This record gives sequence, C-alpha cells and structure tokens, in this order.
Amino acid sequence: MTQYLDIIIRSLFIENLPLSFFLGMCTFLAISKKVKSAVGLGAAVLVLMVITVPVNNLILTRLLEPGALAWAGQPDMDLTFLGLLTYIGVIAAIVQVLEMTLDRFMPALYGTLGIFLPLLTVNCAILGGSLFMVERKYSFAESIAYGLGAGGGFFLAVVLLAGIREKLEYADPPAGLRGLGMTFICAGLMALAFMGLGGF
Amino acid sequence: MKDRKRDLLLRSIIERNPIALLVLGICSALAVTSQMQTAFVMSVCVTLVVACSSCIISLVRAQIPNSVRIGVQITVIATLVILVDQVLKAFYFDLAKQLSIYIGLIITNCIVMGRAEGFAMSNPPLNSFLDGIGNGLGYGFVLMSVSFIRELFGSGTLFGWEVLPLTTNGGWYVRNGLLLLPVSAFFIIALIIWLLRTIDPVQQEKD
Repeated sequence: MTQYLDIIIRSLFIENLPLSFFLGMCTFLAISKKVKSAVGLGAAVLVLMVITVPVNNLILTRLLEPGALAWAGQPDMDLTFLGLLTYIGVIAAIVQVLEMTLDRFMPALYGTLGIFLPLLTVNCAILGGSLFMVERKYSFAESIAYGLGAGGGFFLAVVLLAGIREKLEYADPPAGLRGLGMTFICAGLMALAFMGLGGF
Repeated sequence: MKDRKRDLLLRSIIERNPIALLVLGICSALAVTSQMQTAFVMSVCVTLVVACSSCIISLVRAQIPNSVRIGVQITVIATLVILVDQVLKAFYFDLAKQLSIYIGLIITNCIVMGRAEGFAMSNPPLNSFLDGIGNGLGYGFVLMSVSFIRELFGSGTLFGWEVLPLTTNGGWYVRNGLLLLPVSAFFIIALIIWLLRTIDPVQQEKD
C-alpha cells in the first residue's frame, strides 16, 4: 500500500508534471488567467489522466509488449514501436467518448469541462503521463495511482498559478514583460518552491 | 515569388518566432536545454518532423474530409515521430535515453499541429515544406540560445568541450548551479521574450 501512496505523493509534488517536467505548458500558460477556468481545466486533466494512463497500461501489457500476444498464437510479436501512435489514438478516442457521455448524462459538468476536453487531446501532459508509465514500467494498479497523482499535480499547479496571475493584474511590470513574460517568471518561482519539496 | 519563398523560410526565426511570440511548443523547449547537444538533436528532430508533416499534409489536403482532418494530421505526425524515434534508438541510443520521453512528445508539440492546421492545409507542398523548415529553425534558435546560456554558465562547457575551466578541475570558474536546474529555463525564456518584445513593441500585451 505504501508503494502506491509513494507514487501519488511523488507525482503530486516532487515530479509535478508542469513544474518539473514542463509538460502541458501551452495550456498551463494559456488557461491560467482566471481561477475559475483554471479549476475547470485542472479537473478535466485529472479525470482524463485517471482514465487514460491505466487504459494505455492495459493496452501495453495485453497487446504491444513482446510476448503479450501469446494468447493469439504470436509469442514473438513485438509491437512496442507502434506505441506512440496507439497511445495518442486511445487518448483521442477516450476524449471523444468522455465528451459524449458527459454531454448526455451530466450536462452541468459538461458545461465546466466540455470546452477543455478537445484541447487536451494534443496536450503533452496527458501523453507524457502515459509515456512515463511506459518508461517506468508501472503495473496496472501503480498506473492508476500515477494517473491520480500526476493529474492532481497539474490541477494544483494550474490553480495556484491562476491565483497568482489574478493578483498580478494590480502589478506594474515593464511593458515588454507584461502578460507572458511575468507568467514565465512566476511559473519559474513556483517550480523553485516545488523543488524544495523534493528535499534538495 | 522568390522573395516570398525566402520570406517563408526566414520570418519564423525572429519576427514570428513560434516559441517566444506565439507561445507554442514550450514544453520540450524547457526540458532539453541543459546541454547544447540534446538541444541540437531535439531541434533537428522537430525541424524534420514539422517540415515533412507539413509537406505530406499539404499534398493530401484536397483529399482530407474536413471533419476528420485533426485525426489525419495526428496520424501523419505520429508516424513521422515513430520513424525519428526508431532511428535515434537504433543509431544514437545514449542520446535517445537522455531525451527520454521528449522525442515522443513531438507529436503533441503545438508547433507541428499549428503549422499543419494553420498553414499546410491551405498552401502548396513546397511552400509548406519551407514554412516547416523555417518554423523548425525558429524553434531551434530559441532552444540553442537557452542551452548556450545554461551550458556555458551552468557547467562551463559548450557541446561538452570545456570553455570556462571549473574550480573543481583546477580552473577559476565557479559554476552556477541554478542554471543546471530546470527552473532556470523559465527565467531565461522570460528574458528572451522581454528582449524580443522590447525590440518589437507591436507584440507587447495591452491591459
């Protein structure tokens, strides 16, 4: 049990996706002007991560890995080179299904998450989560924990950054730094603070 | 006409730089820049992928139904990225290990998608190819500048060659550890954005 807790804490704080691996930066910087929209985006990432990482784990272990196709009489088949194409396809499909399900059964939630979902198909954080799962050879249960931690980490980071940016509207930086430049500096300072949690 | 082609190639380097001005594709730009070598390999890979994918997508643009265009684009891009990934793993295994997942993440690099969607879908193949090369160079330019600062002042070397002799090796230069940490990339990109926007005030954001 502690091993799962360890993965969650580690991916939530120490190996925070946007702040220490710079994944999902484009959306992280673009949709962090208001706390309200940041919460929506963060929640969408969290939901999607919890679903896609374990699903991709199943696909890796049941279909792609060497020996995974033994049940189909092909014990020597190694399809790992198709990994990238498969993961992105799976993510795109899950986004589509999730969008339709939410629209049909939970219209209120769809109103908050709906606009962010299509955007997340080509988000580095979502694909990165699956790729880290592959690289670190997580088991199925571990990949659920990782999806939870990594998605939660994105949620945390984007909401915090949005909080800072709302206050920044009252600041008066040099004209060239206004907007994007200041956001980068704030994100950098936040990343420094998060590194402290790693115990350097 | 010739001028237009040159313009396509060069405008993305400073005046319409994909990273600094349009804020696309920053994920990998920040993560691989602690050494010039990895930054260089990453720039080459991205340039190849964006140029080839723009060219291919532009060739088939008349055949792609509008409703599934994103899917087609992603398939083309993912196939090219798999090719690059396999070549790197076969011939430069150490580099492939260092770049770890960031090669795979070229698929979701917004520059590649952005050029496919924004340019290649409405322009002929040769122009799209040039535009792709141009954007790759613009991306490479920022990557190389950031990694130049980080490697030179962070570990006193350039492409692994010792330029500033470190105190640990009997030299005089005390290395700046902050620059080896990933966070320094945030600050350096912020400074580059500041510089570019001071030179070209049109890009400044209004309140």
